[in-house]
Amino acid sequence: MTVSFKGKKPSRRAFLKGAAAVGGTLAGAGAAHAAGDPLITEVQPWNNELGDGVDVNPYGKPSEFESHVKRRTVEWLTADPVSSINFTPLHELDGIITPNGLCFERHHGGAAHIDPAKHRLMINGLVDTPLVFTMADLMRFPRENHVYFLECAANSGMEWRGSQLNGCQFTHGMIHNVMYTGVKLKHLLEEAGVKTNGKWILPEGADASGMTRSIPIEKALDDCLVAWKMNGEALRPEQGYPLRLVVPGWEGNMWVKWLRRIEVGDEPWHHREETSKYTDLLEDGTARRFTWEMDAKSVITNPSPQAPILHGKGPTVLTGLAWSGRGTIPRVDVTIDGGKNWHEARMSGPSLDKSMHRFYFEFDWDGSDLLLQSRAHDSTGYVQPTKDELRKYRGTNSIYHNNGIQTWYVNKHGEAENVEIS
Amino acid sequence: TPVAAEKLGLGRTATPDEVAAWDIDVRPDGLGLPEGSGSVMDGEELYSEKCSVCHGDFGEAVGRWPVLAGGQDSLTNERPVKTIGSYWPYLSTVWDYVHRAMPFGDAQSLTDDEVYAIVAYLMYLNDLVDDDFVLSKENFLEVPLPNEANFFMDDRADGELKEFAKAEVCMSDCKDAVEITARAAIIDVTPEDAEARKAREAKYS
Repeated sequence: MTVSFKGKKPSRRAFLKGAAAVGGTLAGAGAAHAAGDPLITEVQPWNNELGDGVDVNPYGKPSEFESHVKRRTVEWLTADPVSSINFTPLHELDGIITPNGLCFERHHGGAAHIDPAKHRLMINGLVDTPLVFTMADLMRFPRENHVYFLECAANSGMEWRGSQLNGCQFTHGMIHNVMYTGVKLKHLLEEAGVKTNGKWILPEGADASGMTRSIPIEKALDDCLVAWKMNGEALRPEQGYPLRLVVPGWEGNMWVKWLRRIEVGDEPWHHREETSKYTDLLEDGTARRFTWEMDAKSVITNPSPQAPILHGKGPTVLTGLAWSGRGTIPRVDVTIDGGKNWHEARMSGPSLDKSMHRFYFEFDWDGSDLLLQSRAHDSTGYVQPTKDELRKYRGTNSIYHNNGIQTWYVNKHGEAENVEIS
Repeated sequence: TPVAAEKLGLGRTATPDEVAAWDIDVRPDGLGLPEGSGSVMDGEELYSEKCSVCHGDFGEAVGRWPVLAGGQDSLTNERPVKTIGSYWPYLSTVWDYVHRAMPFGDAQSLTDDEVYAIVAYLMYLNDLVDDDFVLSKENFLEVPLPNEANFFMDDRADGELKEFAKAEVCMSDCKDAVEITARAAIIDVTPEDAEARKAREAKYS
């Protein structure tokens, strides 16, 4: 016979404490005060009570003390919460992998909930044989694993005119970085047989927004994936379960979620998300279209407005993230005096193509004001520009693709603020 | 680029009816447009019933919902008004998008003729046609949108990428003085979160 306990057994210590509360303080009963931190000198409940059984959390969640680490929204940004955006809490994360439950969301018709048994992927258009795949079919193709960042084209878009939102979650949090498992899109297209005049593809989502984007065939055959897993487990519904397109290095809008169809054509379709949206208006009234790549960018995640320095003067760890849609990040420079002097940051962790990179800069804070910036260099030689350098080319109405250098002002109390500097 | 490779024989051939059911996209050259037509007059009625609650009686929009009409010659203003008439390059995009994704919350509920009618009315609201206009598959390409010529292919490679690919960057004594020129705290539009602050203080102070 198996004996099992449901929940915690009442401890003897808890029982005694309850009795003491009635009769007076336990310490007054004669026990001498031990010198030192009572968290060390006194037995804590978790030192003697039993913890949760292995049957308590079949799918684990973060500690209750981490409940503030969550996606946040900014209500005034959009007309409603269905075609809207939320933000990854970058200031609370470290390393380069974004936990699945914290990956920012961007929907145009809400997060669809699709039974994978009822999901189909169609390939049609300029192909030898139009095909339909079930999820079971897709699992039989050779698989690949890749870590890529997905950055919304509008990340930092609210900052074009100046400093607006106070926190890197809000200024830079339309991004996540996970390991995808899936099949190369190339294999699926090969299965259907792309005709010689097939120059573009049109991926389409199964959700109510019917998201579509035109992608040149060269990119489709190069490194695009059709993925069903992220960080080892199935895609989350809000990330396209059961199937999404992965378009490494390119703006997040093109990573069509709930992917149901890929059409091959000889011309781009110029659909709503590549005409009305995701085109970049310049100062002279003309607009760039098909601005696909996300340029090299970085941000200091600590200290930052949501992550002030709370420990006072002395040894201080500055850390942040850098990424480029055109390659890897071999180097990040950091300044703590507003760009008078720069220091090469210490890169830590894997350096993967079109993935986030983690950097650190340790310094001895003397308690004086700081003006923090980071400047990413990517493997093509491109150096992250200042916001002013970008505005020279683009003005302030292009909405998308703001990869300008971010400044945090830190005062003597360690409080940080989003600012711009001369 | 043709792809020559060994096939695995996975998946099955899509039937013509299946392709027809899902292949609803429309291109600027008219490829994908179905047979049908609709008038400005019919469009006005449909629009009032199905669209105006969000987009306003004249496409001016309610609250933060998208503005569909007006804004002509505003693209160089400090606050451009980007609408179908002032910004969008192709009418085909209007047809495709209304048909696939509108009304918001009731997508793909409009018949082909209803979409033609609503698109005709949106053209009328943008001063592109008169109130007796009837839009059809046959005359679809006859009225171009005014802003088509002002879009051009991504040209970052010509200017920005070259300028920002610096062989050397300044590392020390790069400037004499630094001044703060903009502050988010003054604008003060960031959502507050006192709980998160308390939790961090408990952990890190």
